[in-house]
Amino acid sequence: MATTAPNLPSPEQERPIGFGRLKRKEDARFIRGQGTYLDDIRLPGMVHGAILRSPYAHARIVSIDTSEALALPGVAAVVTAKDLETLGLAWMPTISYDTQAVLAGDKVRFQGQEVAFVIATDEYIARDGCALIDVEYEPLPAVVNARKALDPDAPLIRDDKDGQVDNLASPTWEAGDEEATDRVFAEADVVVKRDIIYPRCHPAPLETCGMIADFNPKTGQLDIYNGNQAPNVHRTVYAHVAGLAEHMIRIRCNDIGGGFGNKVPVYPGYVCAIAGSIVAGVPVKWIEDRSENLMSTGFARDYIMHGEICAKDGKITGLRVDVIADHGAFDSTAQPTKFPAGFFHICCGSYDLEAAHVKVKAVYTNKAPGGVAYRCSFRITEAVYLVERMVHALALETGEDEIDLRMRSFIRPEQFPYETTTGWTFDSGNYAETMKVAMEIAGYDELRREQAEKRARGELMGIGVSFFTEGVGAGPRKHMDILGMSMNDGADLRVHPSGKAMVSISAQTQGQGHETTFAQIVAEELGIPPEDIQVRHGDTDRTPYGLGTYGSRSTPVSGAAVAVVSRKLRDKARLIAATMLETRPEDLAWEKGRWFVKGDAEQGALIEEIAAYAYSGAPMPEGLEGGLDSQVIYDPPNLTYPYGAYIAVVDIDPETAQVTVRRFIAVDDCGVRINPMIVDGQIHGGLAEGIGIALMELISFDEEGNCLNSSFMDYLIPTALECPDFELGETVTPCPHHPLGAKGVGESPNVGSPPAIVNAVIDALHQTHGVDHIDMPCTPARVWRAMQGNAEPPQ
Amino acid sequence: MQTPAPFGYERATSVDGAIASLVAHDGDARIIAGGHSLLPMMKLRLANPEHLIDINDLDELSYITETADQIRIGALTRHVELQHSELLARYYPVVGDAEAVIADPVVRNRGTIGGSLCQADAAEDLSAVCSACHAQVVIRGADGERVVGMDEFHLGPYMTVVGDGEMLTEIRLPLRAGGSGMGSAHEKTERRAGDWAIAAASVAVWIDGGTVADIGIALSAVGPTTVHVSRAEELLRGATPSEELFEQARAIASEDCAPTADGRGPVDYKRHLAGVMTQRALRRATARALTQEA
Amino acid sequence: MEITITINGTEVSRDVEPRTLLIHFIRDTPGLTGTHWGCDTSNCGACVVLMDGTPIKSCTTLAAMAVGHEIATVESLEVDGRLDPIQQGFHELHALHCGFCTPGMLMTTRALLDENPDPSDHEIRTAISGAICRCTGYKNIVAAVRWAADHEAATKQEAR
Repeated sequence: MATTAPNLPSPEQERPIGFGRLKRKEDARFIRGQGTYLDDIRLPGMVHGAILRSPYAHARIVSIDTSEALALPGVAAVVTAKDLETLGLAWMPTISYDTQAVLAGDKVRFQGQEVAFVIATDEYIARDGCALIDVEYEPLPAVVNARKALDPDAPLIRDDKDGQVDNLASPTWEAGDEEATDRVFAEADVVVKRDIIYPRCHPAPLETCGMIADFNPKTGQLDIYNGNQAPNVHRTVYAHVAGLAEHMIRIRCNDIGGGFGNKVPVYPGYVCAIAGSIVAGVPVKWIEDRSENLMSTGFARDYIMHGEICAKDGKITGLRVDVIADHGAFDSTAQPTKFPAGFFHICCGSYDLEAAHVKVKAVYTNKAPGGVAYRCSFRITEAVYLVERMVHALALETGEDEIDLRMRSFIRPEQFPYETTTGWTFDSGNYAETMKVAMEIAGYDELRREQAEKRARGELMGIGVSFFTEGVGAGPRKHMDILGMSMNDGADLRVHPSGKAMVSISAQTQGQGHETTFAQIVAEELGIPPEDIQVRHGDTDRTPYGLGTYGSRSTPVSGAAVAVVSRKLRDKARLIAATMLETRPEDLAWEKGRWFVKGDAEQGALIEEIAAYAYSGAPMPEGLEGGLDSQVIYDPPNLTYPYGAYIAVVDIDPETAQVTVRRFIAVDDCGVRINPMIVDGQIHGGLAEGIGIALMELISFDEEGNCLNSSFMDYLIPTALECPDFELGETVTPCPHHPLGAKGVGESPNVGSPPAIVNAVIDALHQTHGVDHIDMPCTPARVWRAMQGNAEPPQ
Repeated sequence: MQTPAPFGYERATSVDGAIASLVAHDGDARIIAGGHSLLPMMKLRLANPEHLIDINDLDELSYITETADQIRIGALTRHVELQHSELLARYYPVVGDAEAVIADPVVRNRGTIGGSLCQADAAEDLSAVCSACHAQVVIRGADGERVVGMDEFHLGPYMTVVGDGEMLTEIRLPLRAGGSGMGSAHEKTERRAGDWAIAAASVAVWIDGGTVADIGIALSAVGPTTVHVSRAEELLRGATPSEELFEQARAIASEDCAPTADGRGPVDYKRHLAGVMTQRALRRATARALTQEA
Repeated sequence: MEITITINGTEVSRDVEPRTLLIHFIRDTPGLTGTHWGCDTSNCGACVVLMDGTPIKSCTTLAAMAVGHEIATVESLEVDGRLDPIQQGFHELHALHCGFCTPGMLMTTRALLDENPDPSDHEIRTAISGAICRCTGYKNIVAAVRWAADHEAATKQEAR
């Protein structure tokens, strides 16, 4: 039954039928440079768009003169807000129920904001055209410091909104119990407070954002090529925004060069490309450059947090957090509707607290819109950073080892399912065991000995820990929706007459290996080899509805859907097999690949035999339709709660203050692992991003709102030389409500690693230099300043 | 991706031909070699020359040779060649030190020493290297050649004495006859591999009979151009090198540089770092000199 | 201006502007979209191709500069249906996720092995330090290059 995977070597090695270390099917095209990314697509008659962007963070637009640009040979059109107004497209809705300008009309509200769209015969000319547009601006004072956004004299950014009198983007949202928390703090033995910033950073996938919009005026069909993480939702949005019939819009994602949350939002460039194509009747391609990506697309984090933690009798008892969230000039954060601060309130952490209270409010500033991105699990990166930094701060105060404090305070295995003080129900966990595995891999006691020896010699070495529980796989329809759409995902499974299969999913891979892992799920359930299973995705015409891939939801939601749909199909196969074998369904047992008669194993039917039968003219069981396929829409009963214990070992040069991550130990419990190779790969990648965030990644602004990190020369991403050889471990605590027991893992490494690294930096400097806090990124300059006693938050 | 504005282009077939073309374009043309300084600026449209003269075919400008009293380096010599040159490793390991941390290995396959020196970014490492080594550069114009010392070479950020109708053709490092122990080193601190220096120091030291016969100390990234720390040189010239003197030199370097605050760091940190880099470069250069001394 | 560049052994002629970048000349050639771009400032390495066997950043090279030289792109690695060991190694060791940086990484590491058949982990990391991967964290890329190095050494042994 086994067939060799086309175009890939090594048939000698074992290829699991089901879960296991299966090499990836999608590699075949990528290692040959035959992926189809957005810029690889050429359509006949296609023209190119380029965007003119605002140099000012805040300015009135006095005039726009496009005449010189229009006169440039090769320029077909120059679109401004006025033109879009006639189409009703000058503004568009955001995922957060705000509006965002597609092209600025009255004012520009952040540096890099879209002002005009030039359409030309090629990309070079389109950019030349942009350079010829003459815009007269009247600069206005900019709001750059989120802490000052609500000052009475702060300039009003969103004067476009009726009734908007200040820069409040989202009023205070609360979770937990304020009164109970006040009581717990009053009774505590020790209280520690910290102002902690999670600075603005950026997912910066290697492939920038872009779109080809191809409207056929004769048929009314709009074909869109666009790497985005939620194609079905985008289709619904475009139908609504552009007043088009949803069944006449088709979005194809093809191959996406990384998403990390950057490719979730709808960007003005997309709307311009669509509008351009509708008006011109030819395909319009728009692809941003890297500076546009960094300056205008969905950034991540930018949370200014005040945290307080308390303990009694050596155990953590309470947590209080107050947050100002900087959302930029338009509120385009992406999260379930009822949770404007995302899942930040999971900052209650992995501890058996008595009470917690969380408050988050969001402000507008003259910066790019966004905030929820970069493998954040809807703000869980911020939440875990806060609580794990606070736990470390508490340990510094009491003078004990931070692991001891955690061990004493962890939620215990027998307490699961555990209802947290802020409304979560954690599904399963054995935290102490995972922590111990991490300590063993790290050689924790030996590390502490080494640290003491080095300190005596004036060498600075730090060990930092973080333990996280996060919630992924949003989410149950009774609690969660995005733009009113339930977060349920579908799966369609079809077994062909030959016994080969095709499963269509609504998840959208951007490198996570879905063509392999989803085939493995079907293989596990049905016993069809993964190479005989095609995974179809990324085409809204040919896949079921679902909310896409972000928030680590592919495995928990789509993975569950595929398991359920496979079981549904297997149940149908059982009925057919009973007919084929002239027995009753209850007399059949399953082993991977076949139904067989209990007690008479020779009597059985392979899945491909059942398939052949189902499509033939032979009699089907009473009431059952022919063919062998099934369909499901999966409504997850709860989020899943992967967790992990991370340990970072850093060395700091005492004179230059450069931080080197010497070792990073990550022990993840993401439940059952479909493909351990891919799970490990996801963790490696997220840890590298965590190192970037902790040490070097920052989107910052000067007082006038000029973005200071708009290229890869100044937005620094770790290279192979900054990343250690990651050391991974695992524990497996299955998810009780997921059909496969799997939890998902894609974002865990980003969630867990930055606090471990920053805790390590502080650990290196606490005894010798009295450092008890530092904000990210821990660049040499910032670390040196902290060593001098002059730690300052980043801009 | 960002793209440059239109320009004219020619491939030079000789040095004199390139110079003639520069003269003919009267300030509107630029030489392009590796292009890894110029092209990014042109893509960002920060530099918009009307005409480019591509000198990549001028093999006669690519060499590292030894004469009786000099090492001569052609301006078109690529970073990778400088990095792996055995000749330079023997006499001026400071070059290999610096090359190992200039940009990244792929960029080093194309970038040239001439291009780096002429771009004259204040954070550019080879300028400090050449300054510390008491290098001279040869500039050729329509009227012939002139030889210029490093102190004269830089005028300010992105500005050198190479005129519109001239080309940098050669870099000359001195070789002293007999007896002298020679050592050199480059120390750099950056935010991440491949980044510009936050501060860097180059030191070249010639030691005779245990005392410093001559010394060059220069800093990158902490002034409008290369900072030549002459006060520290005076301190060490004629003296027996010692940790105490290195400590004093460190303080002088911190005082005498003129850093500005930017994304790489604030002024106080850069001053501190300039001192640390100087001290470390002095230690390493001296150690190398002493192992060489007969 | 009309220029001719040899790409993967074939002469490709086209009328271009002087400012046409090599990356675009390559990508505008049918079947050669495997070379990618990811930044504006020569930092990301997605565009790496070989010029006369040496890795260069094609986004920072004018197409005109490549005239008279041999350009090799990722499409040249597979020969007569046989993958290059470096491609095999990437597949064996899961050294790619989204695949966008992969062609640049493959060409950079192919050139490394051609020059240094037995590189240490540090030498591998240094060789790829001019290329950014957002997905893999680099660990598996290093392992893949080691796999390819060992595989090539073993093949040479067998051939004796």
